[in-house]
Amino acid sequence: MLERAEIIRKEYLRHDKKFPHVWCPGCGNGIVMGALLRAIHSIGLSKDEVVLASGIGCSGRLPTYVDFNTIHTTHGRALTFATGIKLAKPELSVLTVMGDGDATAIGGNHFIHAARRNIDLTAIIINNATYGMTGGQYSPATPYGAKSTTSVYGHVEHAFNIAELAVAAGASFVARSTVYHASHLEQMIKKAIEKRGFSVMEIISNCHVQHGRRNKLGGAVEMINGFKERAVTIGKAEKMNPEELEGKITIGVLTDVEKPISTDEYRRIAAEAKEKADNITKAKEKNGIKRYEE
Amino acid sequence: MELNNTQKKVLLQGNEAIVAGALAAGCRFFAGYPITPASEISEILSVKLPEFGGTFVQMEDEIASMGAVLGASLAGVKAMTATSGPGFSLIQENLGYGCITEVPCVIVNVMRGGPSTGLPTSPAQGDVQMARWGTHGDHPIIVLAVSSVADCFSVTVRAFNLSEKYRTPVIILSDEVVAHTRESVILPEPDQIRVFDRVKPDVPPEWYKPYADNNRSVPDMSSLGDGYRHHVTGLVHDEKGFPTQNPQEIKQFLTRIHKKISKGFQDIQITKNHHMEDAEVFVIAYGSVARSALRAVRDARKLGVKAGLVQLITLFPFPRKAVDTYLRQCRVAIVPEMNMGQMSREVGRVNQAGCRIVKHNRIDGQLITPEEILKHLTTV
Ligand code: SF4
Repeated sequence: MLERAEIIRKEYLRHDKKFPHVWCPGCGNGIVMGALLRAIHSIGLSKDEVVLASGIGCSGRLPTYVDFNTIHTTHGRALTFATGIKLAKPELSVLTVMGDGDATAIGGNHFIHAARRNIDLTAIIINNATYGMTGGQYSPATPYGAKSTTSVYGHVEHAFNIAELAVAAGASFVARSTVYHASHLEQMIKKAIEKRGFSVMEIISNCHVQHGRRNKLGGAVEMINGFKERAVTIGKAEKMNPEELEGKITIGVLTDVEKPISTDEYRRIAAEAKEKADNITKAKEKNGIKRYEE
Repeated sequence: MELNNTQKKVLLQGNEAIVAGALAAGCRFFAGYPITPASEISEILSVKLPEFGGTFVQMEDEIASMGAVLGASLAGVKAMTATSGPGFSLIQENLGYGCITEVPCVIVNVMRGGPSTGLPTSPAQGDVQMARWGTHGDHPIIVLAVSSVADCFSVTVRAFNLSEKYRTPVIILSDEVVAHTRESVILPEPDQIRVFDRVKPDVPPEWYKPYADNNRSVPDMSSLGDGYRHHVTGLVHDEKGFPTQNPQEIKQFLTRIHKKISKGFQDIQITKNHHMEDAEVFVIAYGSVARSALRAVRDARKLGVKAGLVQLITLFPFPRKAVDTYLRQCRVAIVPEMNMGQMSREVGRVNQAGCRIVKHNRIDGQLITPEEILKHLTTV
């Protein structure tokens, strides 16, 4: 394990100039980064074939620190850039890292459509139930009744269940884990990357600085331990009734289905269209007519 | 781009000619969202791109389209989107990203009347200043205008070439009249078209600096996955691409992206002059209005008025040198446009010769007619 950690530290981190990172001590983002790097390493992808795109927010800084092709895009739009990259160069492994506000508020439309479109992408969503970088305002994942800088009287709206939203929108693979379950998290991320089609990995994480403090959830250690206490596996959860599931975090694979991937489908129809067109062009050229004159 | 007169004529719509120009320039990726009067560009490219080995995708909105275009271009593929006013508003956010990260791409805005949903099927030229200043921050941009079907082809090729050469998004402004008018044109042979491709780095990857200054002030550009791993960010970055807060580096970076455009000014500013040799009064026009203006100038000449036309192909950076010559030569400049005076403002700004500037504006969704312009030419 130590050896692997050392390889990852040496191989994947951008040490010159990029550290110290901007995250608060104890932030779950670091755990996610470690699990992500170990997952990529164990799959054996080369650094050149991995593209990591992020949106804006604390999680958006993750790509800065790791030595892949990295793109820090605009708020909520990481999946749109990733779609363009994947369609233009399907041989690349394209991953996005987004926060809950990033992916499901400003990026909500892109998120559901990416799931529907089923392009071979991996969307990693770090859900800490708040906007950390801008000072702890409520996000679409902030629970009902929770306090934030924009809901000091208690939040009156209801939270998205991000993983279930992804299932409903048609993602091929959806899993959930938490930053407490570091090795489970790594396994889930690995599965999500290996899955061909649109895969979503929701990671329950802690923003003890902005969310935890305001809601008396304790510091990083208490919050992360809280995830341990609240976690139940999908298998177990299926046998529990809604009352028992109240406040629990179900972890594991929510869905894993096979369906046509639009990246592949497009290649198929494009090849057919090209062949047809080439035949027509050849026939026309025989008669002395050039391509743009059609 | 030389035309060979022995070639066959083809009947094309403006939007179709934009597609032909894009394909000829090497565009192999299009992402868009349907909107009148730009939809034909999407429709035709959805058929043509696969045939040319390229990719078409219809995104969920224009913000997404622009994101996909930037992603595809970063992956090394020439990419474009096309839209109209309301969609152009949405594109602005990621357009700014394209400017700061210096990603070549082409955005076509087939203008329609505004504001908001405005006049979906009527021509207008109300997005001129939005094309220049629509996205936040202080950045240079290249904006070109088309006035005929032939222009649609050649200006689109030019737009791609400029965007690749200067590593910047380039905007093409069309309007409903140009987009939907059918004209017979002669398109050049593919081998007569000069196509410019972005300069790729040839140094070992560890030496590569994706935002380093060079004699053109345009850094070499690698593609995702070709071994030159680096960081791309919409934050102001140093020459290696990493965010910086260092005032020296910030200044260096922003100065360079302005400098690369000002260095290329001669190359970028394109105008077409008609009857300007001995002109005493002249019209400055662009887009479909330039067609009316040309007719008006010819009619005025028949009436003995020494009239001329300077047609702007490049709107920004504003071709001040070309225009200035004639502001000094003539006593009156007439600027007709289908807005309240967005380009006459630029003309006024550069006018140091004391030339009289006469605005002529129409915002009722109707094309400015030759008669309206002729009236000015014969009375000023
Ligand atoms: S503000 Fe919250 S999410 Fe952001 S780095 Fe700090 S703890 Fe992490």
